[in-house]
Amino acid sequence: MRNAFPLGLALGLLASAPALTPALALDTTKLPVKKVEFSFDGPFGTYDQAALQRGFQVYKEVCSACHGLDHIAFHNLDEAGGLGFTEAQAKAIATGYKIPADPNDKGEIFDDKGTRLTRPGTLADKFPNPFANEEAARANNDGNLPPDLSLVVKAREGGAHYVYSIVTGFHLNPPKGFTVTSGKYYNPYFEGWNIGMPPPLTDNAVTYSDGTKATVDQEAHDVATFLAWASDPKMEERKRVGFGALVFLIVLSGLLFFSYRKVWADLH
Amino acid sequence: MTATTVDVTRRDFLYVATGAMGGVGVVAVAWPFIDQMNPSAAVLALSSTEVDLSPVAVGQQVVVKWRGHPLFVRHRNAKEIADAKAVAVSDLPDPLARNANLPDSAPATDANREIKAEWLILVGVCTHLGCTPTGFEGDYGGWLCHCHGSQYDTAGRIRKGPAPQNLAVPPYSFLSDTRIKVG
Amino acid sequence: MSGQSTYTPKTGLEKWIDQRLPLPRLMHDTMTTFPTPRNLNIWYTFGGILTFCLGVQIVTGIVLAMHYVPNADLAFDSVESIMRDVNYGWLVRYIHSTGASMFFLAVYIHMFRGLYYGSYKAPRELIWIIGVLIYVLMMATAFFGYVLPWGQMSFWGATVITSLFSSIDQVIPHLGTAITTWLWGDFAVGDATLNRFFSLHYLLPFIIAGVVGLHIWALHVPGNNNPLGIDVKSPQDTVPFHPYYTVKDAFYLCCFVVLFAVFVFYAPDFFGNPDNSIKANPLVTPPDIVPEWYLLPFYAMLRSIPQKLLGVLVLVGSLVTLVFIPWLDTSRVRSCRFRPLMKQFFWAFAVDCVILGYCGSQSVDATAFGVPLVWVARLGTLYYFGYFWVLMPIIGLIETPKKLPASIAQSVLGEPAAAPAE
Repeated sequence: MRNAFPLGLALGLLASAPALTPALALDTTKLPVKKVEFSFDGPFGTYDQAALQRGFQVYKEVCSACHGLDHIAFHNLDEAGGLGFTEAQAKAIATGYKIPADPNDKGEIFDDKGTRLTRPGTLADKFPNPFANEEAARANNDGNLPPDLSLVVKAREGGAHYVYSIVTGFHLNPPKGFTVTSGKYYNPYFEGWNIGMPPPLTDNAVTYSDGTKATVDQEAHDVATFLAWASDPKMEERKRVGFGALVFLIVLSGLLFFSYRKVWADLH
Repeated sequence: MTATTVDVTRRDFLYVATGAMGGVGVVAVAWPFIDQMNPSAAVLALSSTEVDLSPVAVGQQVVVKWRGHPLFVRHRNAKEIADAKAVAVSDLPDPLARNANLPDSAPATDANREIKAEWLILVGVCTHLGCTPTGFEGDYGGWLCHCHGSQYDTAGRIRKGPAPQNLAVPPYSFLSDTRIKVG
Repeated sequence: MSGQSTYTPKTGLEKWIDQRLPLPRLMHDTMTTFPTPRNLNIWYTFGGILTFCLGVQIVTGIVLAMHYVPNADLAFDSVESIMRDVNYGWLVRYIHSTGASMFFLAVYIHMFRGLYYGSYKAPRELIWIIGVLIYVLMMATAFFGYVLPWGQMSFWGATVITSLFSSIDQVIPHLGTAITTWLWGDFAVGDATLNRFFSLHYLLPFIIAGVVGLHIWALHVPGNNNPLGIDVKSPQDTVPFHPYYTVKDAFYLCCFVVLFAVFVFYAPDFFGNPDNSIKANPLVTPPDIVPEWYLLPFYAMLRSIPQKLLGVLVLVGSLVTLVFIPWLDTSRVRSCRFRPLMKQFFWAFAVDCVILGYCGSQSVDATAFGVPLVWVARLGTLYYFGYFWVLMPIIGLIETPKKLPASIAQSVLGEPAAAPAE
């Protein structure tokens, strides 16, 4: 009775339970994310500024046609721990965007042709969404809703690795027996293997201003880095403050340990 | 328990050091909790406003919003400028310029109230109790505050009434002849 | 031990205050001279750690409430604003979210300590029951709090758990639905629900603080239990709380904070779920709805019962069971150190909780080594209830406990009981 370890009993029961193997169609579970290194991996990782700027260029010239970046403001572009733009550069980027304007003196927000009146962006503005609302987004994308990208790295298991895997995962051919749903594209890194997004990247889809060769792999890596920053712009500050905090706490623990020993020493 | 003098000193130093380090930790932790109440990055992004001066005709005033307050942008005509320059600082209830672009001690000459004579940029908050004065009213051609009767001249300086100070001149600069950045 | 106070004020100010409000006396008696068993180990430091956690959650929570907007359209964005714009907002938010997990980690260790050392046995039954009340209040607070960011998991977790009440329809028709609608303030989880959950999330921690006061007050009547489970017999068995346990608690608290800091600064999303970084969408259900890790064992028990009402009763029963433990355990011996048979079942129970937690984290049709996890969860649930309702009464009666030491002092100091220490 003493040795009747109850858990052992339970496990024995489980082992003899009939194994259920339902007849399976093709298992369309997504592939594990690709192994790739990012500069921001690990407790001492930081964002590679050049990669961030290149990734921003990829977002701007490719992704922003369909995907919003609702939570990022232009003034985030010159923040510490980020892309490394100056305030003037960030302001210049902002003025390149058209933001829906406030009512003019006549109270109008549309012009004579019915187009929404706009004004140039300021540092205080957030990135404008490519579509006015969800319905417009779906109408322009075969019924698919391109998700906002400001938090996509946090909102997907695998984070930046997942984003990288998806955008580089289009070149494979579907296995025999798998039919791609009409209107979708084959991507085994996406759950169910049918993704609504057409392959977004090609070689030289952008021309990098720093001269880096714009292969799909490079573009994917850079845009994943940029989106990682977009999800977590405070990462560098967090790791820096964390290092100081942990050093402090470990030293304090040491002092407390010796104090504890000293206080209790006279009891033995 | 036997404790030599040396032991007591060493023990006390350890406790003092531990306590001091704990205290430093408490202060270090306190700072983020205090700083979080300061204006956030989103608020600070709105702390600067650019104003286009071209729609404001001579003799006209426009009111824009800056840091949550009204901002008077007044295009003065020759008479208003002359009237302002004719006043002796010693006649003014408040002799200081109250100009954020100048030292605190600068006197309230008309020249110290603006960068370019024809453009008067003032924070439109009465220095009495915070109401918004109305332009082109009052005996001095500047502003009249209807709340308690304070009157400001064409350089926004208090001349009559309970307000203690001249209307404040915010920090600003000219980006071009027709565009200013305030704040 | 409660008794006469030996407090004499040392300064004029202390005397003045003490004459008018006996707070200095209270501090002195409970936290300075309070005779505490000299053999308390690391597992006894978690009460103090829990008080620290409660304080941290309240302070960070109040600060977050300065920036958070409890409106369905604005809540998610307000949390993002905290993370991106508010000075050190990311830090306050991560401390609060990680702090909830650390709070439950500490409370589970604290509860398991109580189970192992028999701290729930007479005369400490009420301390245990008040503790169960604190635990249930914590679960409610955590549930409400998780809804506030208004992510996909916030919304759908709220929907699943509040929908449980509709199972009452099987007993009294229409009553369950009426209750669920009343909880929601709407025909589904929505803005009305969010607002009231925010109000309750702000309220409950202060109720917890009050109940914690009762918990500590009740503790100070008999004084602390100890790893040997034997009563304090003489002053040699105890030491004053200060400086012995103030410094020991401070050390272990600091170690706990080191672990806390590692998560906050280097793995802040470790306990979180990626789906909660997606704004709540009432029209799209996430593939797997899971609560936070500390609620997973109960989630597993709930899902293991195919019938909705029975599942709810099992869930409620698992918590109500805890209240009866002081009377379910028939052993005369408190501490499992001297209960060789019970000790094994205790550890099996601990493993069972972990297994149930794992089952709760997986999808309903998941399998392990070909075995559907729902069957593992059913066995786990059976053991959970069996441990308290069957094993505790029976083992106390049939077990031969080891010989107890004569006193705490003798056990610690190794001196024969006859010779008094100094």
